[in-house]
Amino acid sequence: MGINELTIEQAALGLREKKFTAVDLTRACLARIAERNREINAFITVREEEALAEAAAADARLAAGTAEALTGIPFSVKDAIITKDVRSTGAAKILDNYTPPFEATVISKIRQQGAVLLGKNNCDAFGHGASNENSMYGPVRNPHDLKKVAGGSSGGSAAAVADSQCLFAIAEDTGGSIRQPASLCGVVGLRPSYGRNSRFGIMPMASSLDTVGPLTKTVKDIAIVLKAIAGQDSKDATTVPDGVPDYEAELQKKNGGLRGVRVGIPQEYFSATSGLAADGGVLLHPEVQRLTKESVEKLKEAGAEIVNVSLPHTKYSVAVYYIIVPSEDSSNLARLDGVRYGVRATTNDLYKLYAESRANGFPEEVKRRILIGTYALSAGYYDAYYKKAQQVRTLIRRDFDAVFQKVDVLLTPTSPFPAFGIGEKANDPLAMYLADVMVAPAAVAGMPAISIPAGTTSDNLPVGLQLIGPRLSENTLLSFAYELEKIYAL
Amino acid sequence: MSLSVEEVKKIAELARIELTPEEEKRHAETISAVLEYMKILNEVDTKDVPITAQVTGLENVFREDVVRECPPETRRKLLDQMPSLEMDELEVPGVFNGLEEI
Repeated sequence: MGINELTIEQAALGLREKKFTAVDLTRACLARIAERNREINAFITVREEEALAEAAAADARLAAGTAEALTGIPFSVKDAIITKDVRSTGAAKILDNYTPPFEATVISKIRQQGAVLLGKNNCDAFGHGASNENSMYGPVRNPHDLKKVAGGSSGGSAAAVADSQCLFAIAEDTGGSIRQPASLCGVVGLRPSYGRNSRFGIMPMASSLDTVGPLTKTVKDIAIVLKAIAGQDSKDATTVPDGVPDYEAELQKKNGGLRGVRVGIPQEYFSATSGLAADGGVLLHPEVQRLTKESVEKLKEAGAEIVNVSLPHTKYSVAVYYIIVPSEDSSNLARLDGVRYGVRATTNDLYKLYAESRANGFPEEVKRRILIGTYALSAGYYDAYYKKAQQVRTLIRRDFDAVFQKVDVLLTPTSPFPAFGIGEKANDPLAMYLADVMVAPAAVAGMPAISIPAGTTSDNLPVGLQLIGPRLSENTLLSFAYELEKIYAL
Repeated sequence: MSLSVEEVKKIAELARIELTPEEEKRHAETISAVLEYMKILNEVDTKDVPITAQVTGLENVFREDVVRECPPETRRKLLDQMPSLEMDELEVPGVFNGLEEI
C-alpha cells in the first residue's frame, strides 16, 4: 500500500511518528497523478514544484512542533473554487488564462494549516452537470471503470480521492455535486448546511443553494476537514454565527452506537408510483434497491428504529431546482463577458465582444442554463417559473421540517443508479437533470447530507447511501454516518 | 410549453451569447423538453404560500462601509489579468459604434 492511499487520520499520525515526511507524501500523490491523469483526467492543473515547496514548509512546521490537523496533508480543489495565484478555470475556456489574486475563505483556512495544494480538479463547467462530461477539458473517467462517468459536477474531486491521487478534496455542492460523484466513485462526500461554510471565492452558480464541502475516504476525515473550514465569514453574509463543534472529538463520544436512533425511510425515494419515475426516466436500479434494503436490515440489527415517512413534495424537487438554479446562474454568469479578465474574443464591436467571448468560452450546457434562466426571469414568465419554484421550495422545506419532528435522520440512496456509460446521457439534458432526484431535495431545503459507500454492484461499481439531517445538525449527522460506516466495515 | 427557434434567438441576444443555427435548433428542442417537465409544478396549489429565497433566516447582516487600500502587488495582478491594457488602463471597444471616429 502506497502512502498516498492513507486516510488523513493515518497520514497525520505517520507524519508525527516520522514514518515518512510531507515531501514523501506529496511525491507519492504527484507520482500517482502522473501515472493516472492521462486516463482519468481528474486534474486540470497540477502544481509539482509549488506543492513540494509547500510540503517542505510543512515538514519544518512538524519538526518545530507547530503543526495543525492538516499540516503536510496533500489535497486538491475543484476548479470552480478560487485559489490564489493558481489558475482557476471553472472548467470553462472563458477562464482558461485566469489566475486569481485572491482566495476562497475555506481554501485559505486549509492552507494556513499547512496542507499541500496539489492542483485543481476537473469538473462540469461552473458545476453544471451530473457526469463531468460538461467540462471543456474533457470528461473525467471513473477509476473503477474507465468507460463510466465519475459523476458530477465534482467528478474530478471524487475520482482523485477514490484513486488516491490526493488525501482529500474540497468541492462545491449546489444540488448534489459532491454527493453524487462521491456515490459513483465510492468515497465519502458531505454537503454541509447552507450557511455553515463560507461561499466567498466559490464561482457562484445558484447563490441561494451553493455550499462547499469535503470529499474523503472516511467519515472521520470529513469531520477533520469540516472542523477546519466551518464557521462564520465576514466576506459571506449568509454564513451563520453558530459555533463550530469539534466534529472529530464528538464522533468518539457516542457510546450507544445507533441504538434508539430514529431513521426515517422516505417512501417517495423508493416507490415507482411516487412520481419520481413518472416521466419514465428514473427508476431505482435493482442493485441500488438491494443495497439500500440490506443497509436498512443492518441498521435494525444495530438497534436503530426504522420509521417509514413521507416527504410528499419530493417529486417536485428537480423541477424547482432546475428553475431556481438556471435563474440564479444566468445572473451570476453575466459577469463573465470577456471585458475585465478571462479570454476575450477579437473584435472591435462591443456586442460581438460579449456574444463571441461567451459563445467560445462556455460549453453547451452552460449556454443552455443561461438561456433557461434568462427565459424564466423575463417579464411575463417570472411569476410562472421563478416565483412558483420558490413557493414550492417552501413546501419542500416544510416536508423536511415536519419529518424531523419524528425522526433523527433520513436514509435514502444517493443516486438512483451506479455510474453510467460515458456518452450515455450526453444528448438528453432532461435525463441528466433527473439524475439529481435523490440529491436535489435536501439542497433545495438547505439541509446537510452525506453520501457514504454502502457496497458495490455485481459489476464492482460503488453505490452510496445518503443520510440527511436537520439544518446545522452536522454533529449528529456525522456521528450516525460514522456508526453506519463501522457496520459496513464488518 | 415549447420554445421556438425565434424565441431562442431572442433570449440568446438578451443573454449575449452568439449561437449557430444548429445550436439554436438544439436548444429549442432541449429547453422545450425541460419546460414541458416543469409543468408538473402546476399540480401544486401554492395559493398564499410564501416564497423561500434563503434558508438561513438571517436578517440585516451589516458591515461598516469603509474604503480599504488595494496593495500594489494585488493591483498589478488584477491589471495583468486584463485582456487588453493601455498605460495600465483597461482597453475596450467603443460603446457607441463609430463615435471614436468623429
